[in-house]
Amino acid sequence: MPEATRKIRVQCEINGRIVSLEAHPMSRLLDVLREEAGLTGTKEGCGEGECGACSIEMDGALVNSCLVPLLQADGAKIRTIEGVADFAKLSAVQQAFLTHGGAQCGICTPGMILAALNLLSRNGHPTDSEIREGLSGNLCRCTGYTKIVESVVAACRSLRPGS
Amino acid sequence: MEHRQIGKSVPRKEGREKVTGSARYVDDLTFPEMIHGVTVRSGVARGKILSIRFDEGIPWDEFAIVTAKDIPGKNCVALLIEDQPCLADQFVNHPEEAIVLLAHPDKYLLEAARRAVHVEIEPLPAVFTIEDSLSQKHAIWGGDNIFKAYHVEKGDIDSAWAVAEFVVEGDYETGAQEQLYIEPQGMIARANPADGVTVWGSLQCPYYVHKALVRLFGLPKEKIRVVQTETGGGFGGKEEYPSMIASHAALLAWKCGKPVKMIYDRAEDMAATTKRHPSRTRIRTGHTRDGRFVAMEIDFTLDGGAYETLSPVVLSRGTIHAAGPYTCPNVRIRSRVVATNLPPHGAFRGFGAPQSVFALERHLDRVAAAVGLTPEELRRRNFIQQGETLAVGQVVHERIEMGKLLDRALQLSGYHEKRKRFAEGNSHGPIKRGIGFASFLHGAGFTGSGEEYLASEALVSATRDGRVRILAGSTEMGQGTNTVFAQIAAEALGLECEQIEILQPDTSLVPNSGPTVASRTTMIVGKLVENAALAINKSLLDAGFLKPGCGAKDFADACQQYIDKFGALQSLVKYQHPRDLHWDDGKYQGDAYGAYAWAVYVAEVSVDTRTAEVHVEDFVAVQEVGKVINPILAAGQIEGGVAQGIGFALYENVVWQEGRMSNGQMTNYIMPTSMDVPPIRVFFEELPYARGPAGAKGIGELPLDGTAPAIANAIAHATGADVRQIPITPEKLMEMLESVHA
Amino acid sequence: MRSYVPGYEIEAPRTLSEALERIAREPGVWKPFAGGTDVMVLLEAGKLPHRRFLSIWKLPELRGISVTPEHVTLGALTTYSEIRRHEILAREFPLLCRAAAETGSVATQNRGTIGGNIANASPAADSPPALLVSDAELELISARGARWVPYQGFWKGYKQIAMREDELIGGIRLPREKSGWAHFYRKVGTRRAQAISKVCFAGAAHLDAGRIADVRIALGSVAPIVLRAVETEAILRGEKVSPAIVAAAQETLASEITPISDIRSTAHYRLRVAQNLLAEFCETFVA
Repeated sequence: MPEATRKIRVQCEINGRIVSLEAHPMSRLLDVLREEAGLTGTKEGCGEGECGACSIEMDGALVNSCLVPLLQADGAKIRTIEGVADFAKLSAVQQAFLTHGGAQCGICTPGMILAALNLLSRNGHPTDSEIREGLSGNLCRCTGYTKIVESVVAACRSLRPGS
Repeated sequence: MEHRQIGKSVPRKEGREKVTGSARYVDDLTFPEMIHGVTVRSGVARGKILSIRFDEGIPWDEFAIVTAKDIPGKNCVALLIEDQPCLADQFVNHPEEAIVLLAHPDKYLLEAARRAVHVEIEPLPAVFTIEDSLSQKHAIWGGDNIFKAYHVEKGDIDSAWAVAEFVVEGDYETGAQEQLYIEPQGMIARANPADGVTVWGSLQCPYYVHKALVRLFGLPKEKIRVVQTETGGGFGGKEEYPSMIASHAALLAWKCGKPVKMIYDRAEDMAATTKRHPSRTRIRTGHTRDGRFVAMEIDFTLDGGAYETLSPVVLSRGTIHAAGPYTCPNVRIRSRVVATNLPPHGAFRGFGAPQSVFALERHLDRVAAAVGLTPEELRRRNFIQQGETLAVGQVVHERIEMGKLLDRALQLSGYHEKRKRFAEGNSHGPIKRGIGFASFLHGAGFTGSGEEYLASEALVSATRDGRVRILAGSTEMGQGTNTVFAQIAAEALGLECEQIEILQPDTSLVPNSGPTVASRTTMIVGKLVENAALAINKSLLDAGFLKPGCGAKDFADACQQYIDKFGALQSLVKYQHPRDLHWDDGKYQGDAYGAYAWAVYVAEVSVDTRTAEVHVEDFVAVQEVGKVINPILAAGQIEGGVAQGIGFALYENVVWQEGRMSNGQMTNYIMPTSMDVPPIRVFFEELPYARGPAGAKGIGELPLDGTAPAIANAIAHATGADVRQIPITPEKLMEMLESVHA
Repeated sequence: MRSYVPGYEIEAPRTLSEALERIAREPGVWKPFAGGTDVMVLLEAGKLPHRRFLSIWKLPELRGISVTPEHVTLGALTTYSEIRRHEILAREFPLLCRAAAETGSVATQNRGTIGGNIANASPAADSPPALLVSDAELELISARGARWVPYQGFWKGYKQIAMREDELIGGIRLPREKSGWAHFYRKVGTRRAQAISKVCFAGAAHLDAGRIADVRIALGSVAPIVLRAVETEAILRGEKVSPAIVAAAQETLASEITPISDIRSTAHYRLRVAQNLLAEFCETFVA
């Protein structure tokens, strides 16, 4: 029987709530979010940090949760897709994805939306190529990216003061 | 005609769930007592299984262990034929063949256990290439390694060569392509002799899985239930394979009495599931002095992998599309799909046509050069006109004018001006620019009598409070099935889309609408939905409960009255094959498809000659599609397909080693990122197709046909490299550039 | 996930001295774990034989970028995102900033560290060519003290670096003297983003009256290590750029590098591209 080490318990703030999570210290944060915290909105697409479907915000930075060991999430402030909408009120980016066809099969969408939000938090008026660069870590097989970029542009427009 | 719903970009029905992360894919589901399952695979391309050994150090008594002898019914994954075992028993025929299944509550321990199972296999000589398979040095399938062959003959080609002023020959190749849906394959199964088998999972064709499970378990149909969960992309990759993984999960569940979840990680998915059939095409065409076709001879071969799966149908579509949207009086197409000891190849959007269309469209640019015409003039002189016949003898009844489509595409892309400017500019500097196009068509629906054979059904019902439900076996996987069906029904009933509910495909509830493939869902099944909705409307009108032009409130009242009086309000519509469509399977002639979409795609590329990297700078896609039901969804389909075509042309290379995919990670199998794809510009033309819902034809696969050859032609324009093979990797292009220079 | 995750240990020492003491007491038993962007991929693939890790991610002594008139010193845990955002690095070390921008994706750049990259010693890494061109020095720290070593020569062979088992990379020091030089960086990968490099070229040249007074050239993905092309530099040093000189340099480069064919590319392609990038580099400082 392969030897198992002890589990650890970490505390972090997820989507505004303090949560206690218990799992083996090398467990991927992705798995702990999905299984222990029941937050299945964050997805696994590749398990190697290439597709971005597992993207979350950790301490304000966009990270691939499949590459973060649980130990390093101790004390972290985490936002997942579940923390983006304010109950029934969608964020501008989510609304734009709905209106402009940014989501097709939807599996890349949670990560893509987190990446878009993260981009906009650093750059409120990104150009087409800045959007493409900012989202280049999020792979989409359905859309060909055209309508994802259009959705982000539309979201920016709607966020401009006076719009 | 004024439409209220058709032609509107109604937001995706399940869009809210998707943008909030609340859509539930199979791996998001948990059932009480559910455990996990994994697969132990061959590792050897071909051989005889000698023994299976289980290492010490794993608590095997805690595991459910399944091998071929645990299969209650027939050990096969039933599809067209039953040649593919569900679990290899005495022999293996490809290196990813499943042999042992394991289940346990601890998925980490399961992984350790997987490594502790050793299958001893005595290798047999294996076949890895089309050439080796054709040589029949080793017979690995049937007597001759040939799954299927076709022969299309039109006119008298043997005499035609004599009158050809120009004869051009060429060989063209396409490689395997992985569908790479971002959600890997997965299934959850519950199975026991008393209740039967239920599976939930990521799939395109619930009734294909149903049929396979019936055979595997030897149970009556009513004891098998298949439910589609939200599916994160399919593209054909979830047409056949889900039957295999569902079978595995179900066998484990049957063995241990608990629900079993099997989710592939990316490495396993890439290695073991189906890919696009690699192809080799030889084309020989004869032309008059002014470039018109007198003869077209095509030899088309596909690599099917180890078992038949759907190879005959892929070959069929590839064969029928091989001659393109052109008039040629004398045609011979000989095609075959052969067996190799690779994991079986399968459906991928386009389904044989991307392979044969690449060859033809690349060939025609070469012909143009030989004949002394521009590529567009050569096409113009040969485009099929209304009333003329395609290679299989189908008369084109549509008012299509390919010449006008070509004009529009060339104008929108700035083709002529760029063609000239690039030729001048390319003489200096390391960056060469090029622009090229492809003209093509894609048939929607199943070939020939296929739709008749499928005998699809759809049901629409209304409730007492006026809500409408669509019950169909067609699956949503991002392409917009749910939304388009809602729009069609809402239009027919004078309602809003919010009042239409699409039931989750569940074989215990919905009829068999046929598979969600072949660009058929909107055109064929959507028409059934439209007719069913119209029938409900008619029932209400005929009963006097509804008057024409009523609103939603009146509709609800009418439903209540109708149901109170008659009990139920629903309509089940069965597919009726149009009487004027005739197909001869023996001669491979006749009306191959009910309708075609027609297209011209233009690609602009830049080639950095220092690194031979190709970048697509601009892409224009013009197509005639009957009727666009939802502009944003339709454009989204084209854009996504073009991006996959860009991958097919430039980036997606499967590296094979002894029959195994050795670059099966997303780091090494390269699909385009947002920086690799330009904004894709999509334009539609509409010639309403009378048999389509609101006039719509199918478009899902179309973009895969023309994208790669347009890019190849653009690269040839930019550099003079005579591209014959895709993917055109920088390594291959560098060699070609060096020989062009020399 | 191909590994038995419960079989792995990872602990977070609270201070740097605690970390150093632990690896001194049991050398080779505990390996440092920074941002995890390399290690976790191996874990997922079932290719991580080592089981015990010390997370150094939060140790403040290993973070931060300090600036003196002569040097910019990066703590080993400086992430690629931090490199990209630093004003002086952007101005004076464009090669390193380009390398950081081309490494992985935004998400990878937020977690990948320069120290981790150096310790991982992949010949396809994007930053080492820039570091070599900048004549970087590494601070190697242990419970016994600290020592500075030039990065040039630190890399002994494929995935082998000249670091003791009880040492950690503490920081990377970059002399600021090359800010006036002509810089060139180009990574040729499998696609435009998130690509592993097939060839990576970093170069800097100090021009004086049209001559190459001094030059540094480093390449990745064309040898078992990222290397300084010192013989190629020697051909160019003191010369005016001309087709003949470039051709001679290209020929020398061919004998200095040993590209291979692998899953990603071919030896011939890598060689040709390396030579073409060398020519492109030389063209940037022809008036």
